[in-house]
Amino acid sequence: MKPAAFDYVRVDGVEDACTLLQRHGDDARILAGGQSLMAVLNMRLAQPSLLVDISRSTALARIEVRDGCVQVGAAATQAALEWRDSLAQELPLLKLVFPYISHFQIRNRGTVCGSVAHADPSAELPLSLLVLEGQVVLRGKRQRVVAAEDFFTGMLSTARASDELVEAVRFPLAKPGQGFGFREFSRRHGDFAICAVAAVADDRGLRVAVGGVADRPLAREWPLLEGGALDDALNEFAWALDARDDSQMSAASRRHLARRLGQQAVEAALLTRTSV
Amino acid sequence: MQATPFKIPGGLPFVGQRLQRLEDTALLTGRGSYADDLGVKPGTLYAAVLRSPHAHAGLRSMDVNAALQLPGVRAVLTGEDVQRWGQPFVVGVKQPMQHWALAVDRVRYVGEPVAVVVAEDRYTAEDALDLIRVDYEPRRAVVEIDAALAEGCELLHEAVGSNVLSERRFSYGEPDALFSDSRRISTTVRYPRNSCSPMECAVVIAEYLGADEGYDALSNFMGPFSLHAVMALALKVPGNKLRHRVPRDSGGSFGVKQAVFPYVVLMCLAARKAGAPVKWVEDRLEHLSAATSATARLATITADVRDDGRILALHWDQVDEVGAYLRAPEPATFYRMHGCLTGAYDVAHLKVRNRVVVTNKTPTGLVRGFGGPQVYYALERLLDRIATELDIDPVALRRLNYVKADQFPYQAPAGAVLDSGDYEKMTDLALAAAREQGLHERQLAARASGKLYGIGVAAIVEPSVSNMGYISTVLTAEQRAKAGPKNGAIASATVAVDLMGGVNVTIASAPAGQGHMTVCAQVVADALGLQPVQVMVNVEFDTAKDAWSVAAGNYSSRFAGAVAGAVHLAAMKVRDKLTLIAADQFGCTPADVAFAGGEIFNMANSAQRQPFTRLAANPHWAPALLPKGVSPGLRETAFWTPEVLRAPDAADRVNPSATYGFVFDICGLEVDPNTGAVRVDRYITGHDAGRLLNPALADGQIQGAFSQGLGAALLEEFRYGGDGSFQSGTLADYLMPTACETPDLVIVHMETPSPVTPLGAKGLGEGNNMSTPVCIANAFADALRPHMDLAEVQLPLTPGRVLALLQVSDPAPKEMPHPAAAVPAGEGLALKAQGEVEIPATPEKVFAVLLDPVALARVIPGCHSLQSIGPNRYRADVTVGVGLVKARYEAEIILSDIDAPHSLRLAGSGRSSLGTGAGGGLVMLQATPTGTRLSYDYSAQVGGKAAMVGSRMLEGAARIIVAQLFESLGRQAGGKTVEPNWWRRILRKLGVRV
Repeated sequence: MKPAAFDYVRVDGVEDACTLLQRHGDDARILAGGQSLMAVLNMRLAQPSLLVDISRSTALARIEVRDGCVQVGAAATQAALEWRDSLAQELPLLKLVFPYISHFQIRNRGTVCGSVAHADPSAELPLSLLVLEGQVVLRGKRQRVVAAEDFFTGMLSTARASDELVEAVRFPLAKPGQGFGFREFSRRHGDFAICAVAAVADDRGLRVAVGGVADRPLAREWPLLEGGALDDALNEFAWALDARDDSQMSAASRRHLARRLGQQAVEAALLTRTSV
Repeated sequence: MQATPFKIPGGLPFVGQRLQRLEDTALLTGRGSYADDLGVKPGTLYAAVLRSPHAHAGLRSMDVNAALQLPGVRAVLTGEDVQRWGQPFVVGVKQPMQHWALAVDRVRYVGEPVAVVVAEDRYTAEDALDLIRVDYEPRRAVVEIDAALAEGCELLHEAVGSNVLSERRFSYGEPDALFSDSRRISTTVRYPRNSCSPMECAVVIAEYLGADEGYDALSNFMGPFSLHAVMALALKVPGNKLRHRVPRDSGGSFGVKQAVFPYVVLMCLAARKAGAPVKWVEDRLEHLSAATSATARLATITADVRDDGRILALHWDQVDEVGAYLRAPEPATFYRMHGCLTGAYDVAHLKVRNRVVVTNKTPTGLVRGFGGPQVYYALERLLDRIATELDIDPVALRRLNYVKADQFPYQAPAGAVLDSGDYEKMTDLALAAAREQGLHERQLAARASGKLYGIGVAAIVEPSVSNMGYISTVLTAEQRAKAGPKNGAIASATVAVDLMGGVNVTIASAPAGQGHMTVCAQVVADALGLQPVQVMVNVEFDTAKDAWSVAAGNYSSRFAGAVAGAVHLAAMKVRDKLTLIAADQFGCTPADVAFAGGEIFNMANSAQRQPFTRLAANPHWAPALLPKGVSPGLRETAFWTPEVLRAPDAADRVNPSATYGFVFDICGLEVDPNTGAVRVDRYITGHDAGRLLNPALADGQIQGAFSQGLGAALLEEFRYGGDGSFQSGTLADYLMPTACETPDLVIVHMETPSPVTPLGAKGLGEGNNMSTPVCIANAFADALRPHMDLAEVQLPLTPGRVLALLQVSDPAPKEMPHPAAAVPAGEGLALKAQGEVEIPATPEKVFAVLLDPVALARVIPGCHSLQSIGPNRYRADVTVGVGLVKARYEAEIILSDIDAPHSLRLAGSGRSSLGTGAGGGLVMLQATPTGTRLSYDYSAQVGGKAAMVGSRMLEGAARIIVAQLFESLGRQAGGKTVEPNWWRRILRKLGVRV
């Protein structure tokens, strides 16, 4: 379990990283926290010719509030965001989500942008970004901003072009009147979610996203629903996830999880709505 | 031979105390001495093993030239070398089945070693693995036990003529007598493949010293050292020309490190080929896929039982699935437990049918609990079935059938001699603890609020200190007579006094973290009146220098009963000798000489005393002063074998272990109907393991075995696909319990000394591996009892299985979004992809693209080259990948069933460093007003590394790759697909999945 040979360049700034990506394209990989990449390299599931290490870039490690969003730079670790003093006010959903993201040792190294760029369909941060209607800042020859909705295109697949860096992600700040709920089921504490549901509620409606079932996190928006109407909406959503039978679980059981966790997440979101 | 604890004036004996571990300072400060930490000789090379990606395939040819030409590569060992210098591994069942250290003409499981690259570093060696070209001819894989038994099944070993390598029937008492007042109650269980995975995987360092000196190897092999003979025979050298050493520390073993032995042989041969020492460190992927596994079992067990619950006879019909080869010491999983198949119960009549089958899976072997989890899973499920069917309390039923306290020593019908115990009293103590925990109140409260809460129990006898002869029960009495009787389990230990009166102990026990050093020091300190810290214990093991025998090693919970006993006997020999010397010096009788507080003194005249270090050092410096009849030297070795262990008798009775502890478990658990999660709420385990040498270490053993039993019950399973592909290659796929999943355990002890072992101790390291899986299974069945009578419980209790049992409602949506995929759950990695693409071109044009190699090359995503090798057959070089995961495949593409321009079948197969892939499906074209609707329905199978490490992702990945292919086809045929991205985005915004 040793990686194939690769070149390694450590960069400080976004320009250097982008120049290398433009030169090497798909043969280059950004190394940030390495929590997915290093395992993939060691198992030789990928053999990039160049690693561009941004992990020590202070410029890229910034977390700041801008334009109504918490903007998290490419080198900022999950722990750095998790332990941000104002997180509970700014992004109450993430306060609920972080304990489910693997274990603290991994959050100490893993980056927020790395998780989003990797686009594991079970990962919590892509799910959170989607339900909060966040954005991904991509930097190639020029900068472009892509809505989370359009960023995740399939399993491990995103709208990022091979010469682009995920420069930052933007989580919209919680608004007065919003409430948040999160439920996840995995085999063990910290494991990949078999099903995870995040919900945002305000006095007008609900936004619910499900991860771990489809090939990417998917979201739905509804007006405020209750009782049977909510059940029906969740059921339609559960079926739309296109769950498949596999050696772990039947599609019916996955839909069951989506419905039950969905109900719980919505209930929690409704209960935690703040007063406007 | 029951030892009496030493009554030391003013102090308690150290044995029996919760002494802190002497090992821990080194371990906690990074001074552990594990195999991979040891320095190697200059010039040592590093090995990597090429392994089969196929479960079953002929080995047509192998080309290693490109690998040899890679700078830094020094040698490649192949099956031809192994055949030249070695011979197949010997095994207890005589069958024409050949198991070589490297596959020679066929591979029979995913991960089977095919070649070894030896290079200047491990990186280069792994680079070279990808350069070896092996031409495989895939065969049908035999995956499940039922399939292996079926008439006309593909054979793994043609010369055997069957996949059943051994079948034996046994009858004890009169099991076929018709018991007029009884009825028959039966259950069938399937014990899955699982393991007790250690933190440290295998490490081997080997050197060939030439024809005169043979081989020198160091590894973290744990024994049994009977397998040293198997290794030497496989290397074609006498035992004394295979020197084998074990370092002081081993990072967990749990039986699993028994499976290091084939790699000791393999690396010896690799070193011979390379002409230099070779080091190999097994990685996690190799370990999980190809090291070993617990034996899977299909068992049907039937009881003749009276209406009051008294069991009169038991009938076992068992099939053990041992993987591709029967590997020593298999089929010991059966025979370790054979003598005690009646468990804790007094049952006079017993009938057994044992069959051993091979399948295309990793060979099985020792895994902590060895044989016990399989037996008790069947027996204790049966007890619960009886309780349910006769409506008797499960505990009362067990009590009724227990071997009673006044029956010990109790001879079980198949030969086990249960040496001591009081099962009812242990049960009382455990139940009292359960009452303290409020177990029944918790169940009542949970059920009252609609929760699924169950209580389960299990009662087992825990054998320890194996009879090395039990394995010969697999032979008939006639075969045994020919081969010569085998029995016993010699333990050995040496205690020596050095020039300054320091005491050194050496044992041949190859510990893996259990604390053997601590207990040995306690035992010797008691014998010689010293402090444990004064006693140095060396647990390194060297076959060329240590006292050892067939039973040496770290298995069968033999340390407390056998090894610590041998240490005691050796220490007593030293004490006896020093007593004679002291009596001579003090002018008193030997009976007056005492050892305490670091001194040797005359009890009749307490003024006569000397420090131990002085009196014990003297014989080195002044041998002339030794009393008459006392030989020089203070180094005593004791060999001990339990007298109760005999070879199997003519009636196939065998006492498989020297001593038997007792475990009674009771637990409460809750099942979450929302998620299928099973949470153990309270767990009480009661142990009678004879005299406890160090209760703190005993509790540690119980805690560890419990965690593994919990893993077996809820999490751990080696999964295989229908094609024999292995799907649990990482610790994200093979899940073990962590601290978060392991509840606090309530441990209750009782001590009924063993009359068999020198210190009265019994083994206790494996009890919960045996009792916990079935205790949880029983509690699970009880949790569901208000809703259903669950006759069969399949372990592990994964959420998928639990939700399937609960038959959760799955209301249909108002509008069905997709036709549901028709893949039954649990069928392995038969990947399916279906879809439709609208193409703005006529079906004729689309068809033309498919039939044109130049156009086809542009259609296939990642295709570097495509050349025709026959009509509608192509060889292609394709990079396939999803996200950052990518591999370059050598692929063959075949178009068939061509019905232009309506349909064709497109099939492909390929191999890469990530393994093999094959898929195929029907492509159908239908003219539409705007062009063509192409629909596809695909299935694919993926084997090798990609399946081992990516099973969670493969389904989605296959869908992406197939979708890419047909979208690309659409672009090629029509210039572009009809759905531009902006349209997709709008649809998606509207909540329509595209």
